[in-house]
Amino acid sequence: MLTLIAAVIKRDLKLAMRRQADMVSAIFFFIIVVSLFPLGIGPEADLLRKLAPGVLWVAALLATMLSLPRLFADDHRDGTLEQLALAPHPLGLVVTGKVIAHWLVSGLPLALIAPVLGLQFDLSTEALLAVTLSILIGTPALSGIGAIGAALTLGLRGGGVLISLLVLPLYIPVLIFGAGAVDATVTGLGGEGHLSLLAALTFASIGFAPWAAAAALKIALE
Amino acid sequence: MLEADNLECVRGERRLFAGIGFTLAAGELLYLQGKNGSGKTSLLRMLIGLLPPESGTIRWRGAAIKSDDYRADLCYLGHLNAIKEELTPLENLLAGARLADARLSEVEALAALEQVGLAGREDLACKYLSQGQKRRVALARLVNEKRPLWILDEPFVALDSAAVDWLAGIISAHLQRGGLAVMTTHQRVDIAAGALRELRLG
Repeated sequence: MLTLIAAVIKRDLKLAMRRQADMVSAIFFFIIVVSLFPLGIGPEADLLRKLAPGVLWVAALLATMLSLPRLFADDHRDGTLEQLALAPHPLGLVVTGKVIAHWLVSGLPLALIAPVLGLQFDLSTEALLAVTLSILIGTPALSGIGAIGAALTLGLRGGGVLISLLVLPLYIPVLIFGAGAVDATVTGLGGEGHLSLLAALTFASIGFAPWAAAAALKIALE
Repeated sequence: MLEADNLECVRGERRLFAGIGFTLAAGELLYLQGKNGSGKTSLLRMLIGLLPPESGTIRWRGAAIKSDDYRADLCYLGHLNAIKEELTPLENLLAGARLADARLSEVEALAALEQVGLAGREDLACKYLSQGQKRRVALARLVNEKRPLWILDEPFVALDSAAVDWLAGIISAHLQRGGLAVMTTHQRVDIAAGALRELRLG
């Protein structure tokens, strides 16, 4: 079971490395969107500090969304998805591997770069740490929930817009607890509670979302 | 071994076929024939379990085909090649085998690629290969394929005559080992089989 998931992750990472433009464009999108806010608002440190968690998190949501339409579309187009569905193990395991690979390529880089971008908002050290932690813990949930949307819209024309409409409302809890963790840290309340809830969301979506996505994929393959 | 009984296929509003049935025993080959749009590919997709039939049953070794055991016995080659453009032929073969739970060593994979005439190109990304060469990469996995039931959708498309003969030989060898094969094709190819069955749709 674990060897299968590892094999899927390895294959998807290899594909991502051969096609770096996708990954790099999502990261640059994140950098640019976040950097536009300080430029637009001007050097008012108090206001920027207040806006930072929300801006970083909304940008992270949108950047993760960018790569979602391709999560299954490439495998669907070249017939690989068919072969994966016919392999003698549950499709949910394959999707779990793909979700983890998607996070490694799209969520993890955002978490690593977020503290650097946070400096533009004049965030304190512990706030930067909270930003990194919350994005690190919360983005796997985004990949998991996003996989359901990607599977449901597979093969549809204009699927990209539809994914946003389907998935963004489901991202709201992650956004609230993610940005809330940073807020709570800044105001001195402590963000542990928010981070725990975020971790719960992540575990639930990594555990359950792949199976829902697999069911949707089987319908798409009929 | 493979039995289909009274299958009916409805796509959209149209009934493509009804009352289709056959049995296939070890060493036998089933040719599916019919004009374009007569439902050949739909029937194959029913046999591999991706498309549920409107009515009728399909059984493998006496059991319904909705199980991991059936899929462990099944090798399907669709009209899509199922190869990744960014990966090399060698990586494609190895990754494909690993994801299908089949054991394939690098030496075996290289030998298979040499057999399909891709020696010297195993380290070139598949996007630089021609249509026919990509098809050969997809076919290379049949060389070491030990699973008993092969379902092949138009396997001879985009192949030159030498490759057609080679593939016919591979399928014959599979049938002589006691395997089964179901295939659609528009060109008649001589394949030595224990028994040759034909099914015409439409």
